[in-house]
Amino acid sequence: MTAEIALQINGMTKNFGGLKAIDRVDLTIPKGDRRLLLGPNGAGKTTLFNLITGDLKPTAGSVQLFGRDITGLASHHCAPLGLARTYQIITLFPKNTLAENVVLSLLGISPLRWSPISRIKGRKEFEERARAALKQVGLDAKADRPLGETSYGEKRRLEIALALAQNPSLLLLDEPLAGLSRQERLDVQALIESIPRDITLILIEHDMDVALALADSITVMYHGRVICEGDRAQVVADPRVKEIYLAS
Amino acid sequence: MTNTSRITTISVTLLILALAAPLLLGQPFYINIGSQVLIAAIFAMSLNILVGYGGMTSIGHAAYLGTSAYVVALLTLQHGFSFYSASAVALLVVVIMAAIFGAIALRGTGITFLMITLALGQTMWGVAFRWSDVTGGDNGLPDIKRPDLFGLNLVEPGLFYAVMIALFMVALAGMWIFIHSGLGLSLQGTRDQPRRMGMLGHHVWLVRWIAFIIAGFWAGVAGIAFIGYHGYIHPLSLGLANSAEVLLMVIAGGAGTLLGPVVGATIVVVLKMVVSAYVSRWVLLLGCTFVAIVILLPEGVVPGLERLLKSILPAARDDGEAGS
Amino acid sequence: MSIGFWLLQSLNALALGGLLFLLSSGFSLIFGLMRVANLSHGAYFMLGAYVGLSVLQAGFGFIEAILAAGIVIAILGGLIERFLLRRLANRTLAQVLVTLGLAFAIADICLMLWSGDPMQLPAPKWLSQPIRAFGFVFPGYRVFVVEVSIVVALLLWLLIERTKLGAMVRASVDDIQMARGVGIPAQKLFSFIFCLGAALAGMGGVLGGPILSVYPGLDGEMLPLALVVVILGGIGSIGGAFVGAYITGFVYTFGQTLLPAFSYVILFLPMIVILAFRPSGLFGKSAP
Repeated sequence: MTAEIALQINGMTKNFGGLKAIDRVDLTIPKGDRRLLLGPNGAGKTTLFNLITGDLKPTAGSVQLFGRDITGLASHHCAPLGLARTYQIITLFPKNTLAENVVLSLLGISPLRWSPISRIKGRKEFEERARAALKQVGLDAKADRPLGETSYGEKRRLEIALALAQNPSLLLLDEPLAGLSRQERLDVQALIESIPRDITLILIEHDMDVALALADSITVMYHGRVICEGDRAQVVADPRVKEIYLAS
Repeated sequence: MTNTSRITTISVTLLILALAAPLLLGQPFYINIGSQVLIAAIFAMSLNILVGYGGMTSIGHAAYLGTSAYVVALLTLQHGFSFYSASAVALLVVVIMAAIFGAIALRGTGITFLMITLALGQTMWGVAFRWSDVTGGDNGLPDIKRPDLFGLNLVEPGLFYAVMIALFMVALAGMWIFIHSGLGLSLQGTRDQPRRMGMLGHHVWLVRWIAFIIAGFWAGVAGIAFIGYHGYIHPLSLGLANSAEVLLMVIAGGAGTLLGPVVGATIVVVLKMVVSAYVSRWVLLLGCTFVAIVILLPEGVVPGLERLLKSILPAARDDGEAGS
Repeated sequence: MSIGFWLLQSLNALALGGLLFLLSSGFSLIFGLMRVANLSHGAYFMLGAYVGLSVLQAGFGFIEAILAAGIVIAILGGLIERFLLRRLANRTLAQVLVTLGLAFAIADICLMLWSGDPMQLPAPKWLSQPIRAFGFVFPGYRVFVVEVSIVVALLLWLLIERTKLGAMVRASVDDIQMARGVGIPAQKLFSFIFCLGAALAGMGGVLGGPILSVYPGLDGEMLPLALVVVILGGIGSIGGAFVGAYITGFVYTFGQTLLPAFSYVILFLPMIVILAFRPSGLFGKSAP
């Protein structure tokens, strides 16, 4: 049974001082699911991501990734376990080319990251896989350009390329459409749709049209709690959800 | 030829000319300046690993050079070690010291890291200054003999300079290999985006700690060359002014570039030499240069020159194509 | 070693702790507010002592010397803040490096003006009367230094915790963006705190003069002590600076008495323990 569950969160709680940012959240994501995390700003969605990836230590509760307990595990343990994420605020390497950005991602799951002597540039396994990842997000033509010469929309796609390059089992996407124009949104939507189905996705997104089109199921959070869960019709019909979104 | 390879060619040519210059001038005075520049360059390159490639500004780096020099001095003077076996022990001591100090300093990041390195550096100064039974205190330790190498007497300035060139080349090559290696790339990534690097599977703290130890090791190498050259070590060599001086070399030349610290070391050593010949106000000048560089030339000489060359070179290439 | 010896050493430790509080409270406030570790702070302390010495030599009294040093160093700090640090706004590392450069410049100018000989500031007679208590005799001046540090600590505490200005400082230490957002004049606050911190360091120098003397290198000895105090106590906290200063005063004084060769090493032991178990310092806010 456990093999079919990608992510299991039980009783997750995080206090910042007196504030309960996350309050006894339970979440079960089956393998292959595309789950949308919905909720107004401050609902605790990104905090939940940070708790899953070990950027924050939970006050209480547990996280299991494919049946393995990863509660409180430091974030550098995530990548080897097949957990990748993107950031709402662009978090890329400004002094490097696009290909070099992806190489740093590939290096993160390679033992060569500890070698003080092995030259990385020119190694086939890195070069080819970096290019393949860039191709996947439609940036292969710009592989050798410095990051500074790319548009914001391209940076958003590179964010996803860095995560995809590691061939993760579970991918957390934090507002992958934030700040994009209409056309760019469609491009990134198509890109996310093209992600292989065996990669489980959890998505935070405010663009309801795109998000609902992408997601198989939806979890609604409010004030650090899960208030509703289900498919699109169930969530839309839920009175509490209506209340939150009409109020805000 | 691409611009990058042109710039590389120009740099290598300049480097060879600079290395040959003291020999061409011929007098021991210039050759000795050459040796001092190279020792300073190795020292500055070691700090560049932290400041330039790791984004960790340390103001206590003289502690590693000084400790290494003190160990060599003590072992050769008081315990009958040969210079070379003493050097091996010195490197071991410095590596252990860097491992411990690094673990402490890396409890903090950014300015806190800087403050801890400064404080730890001053500890070593304090030990050298106060533990006078062993270190000679304010008198320092004089009369460390320059060793022979393959039967050659290195007291001869030209020979010593030749050894320094070899040592410098090894350090430079080692640095080039390191910054292009997996660990080197990882370190540069942790400088720019530590959080992302962690998420990508890089162990940020460990990478920084290892870099700290490698930087300590090379500072230790510089310390051995230093005691070999001067034959004398004083607590001032571990002190804050010396740590600031090497930091100035790195920043003035260009932190995070391969040759920046070398250029910076040349500028600072020559400047110090020239100024000291006329006035005794080196510390004042050091301070003012520091302020001026940080305000006027924050990225350093080498990146500035590189940009200048790049802006000139495309034109040169177009001319060349038109001519052919 | 008699009980009298231990009591005397304890008083020395308290006096050093008081001086360290004057030095590091300003350092801590500046750091907490502007994120700038002012590495000139040791030089301010030393320059303050020299200025006080000159004022005393010109025939003025001790109080005048303290005030003069405070004013001179406050003006110097104000100029540095206005014309150098402000140009580098939001470039914390550059600001810190500028203060390091200035530390050397100030130190060398002091050497030029006041020569390299150690000089002791004479303690005023009315403060140096020995104090008899519990059958022992204590040097009165050290008691005075401790009293001053406690009074200053109280005043600073009142300023920070009980005034509108202090509320603005606290808000800015917590979250500078937020503070700017609600209309706190951060720039003016920086200038004021920088001058205040500089003045405290300068006055501390004069106050310390009769105990520590003043000599080239005093700056380089005091700066690491201030760093240790702030790392121990936690950045931006007056209470932390107070506790940190007295811990450091004790550790350093007894270290120097019992193991003079390694007093510096001993000095760092509490800092290492704190860094290991509570990196934000005793009174610092731990990161969420």
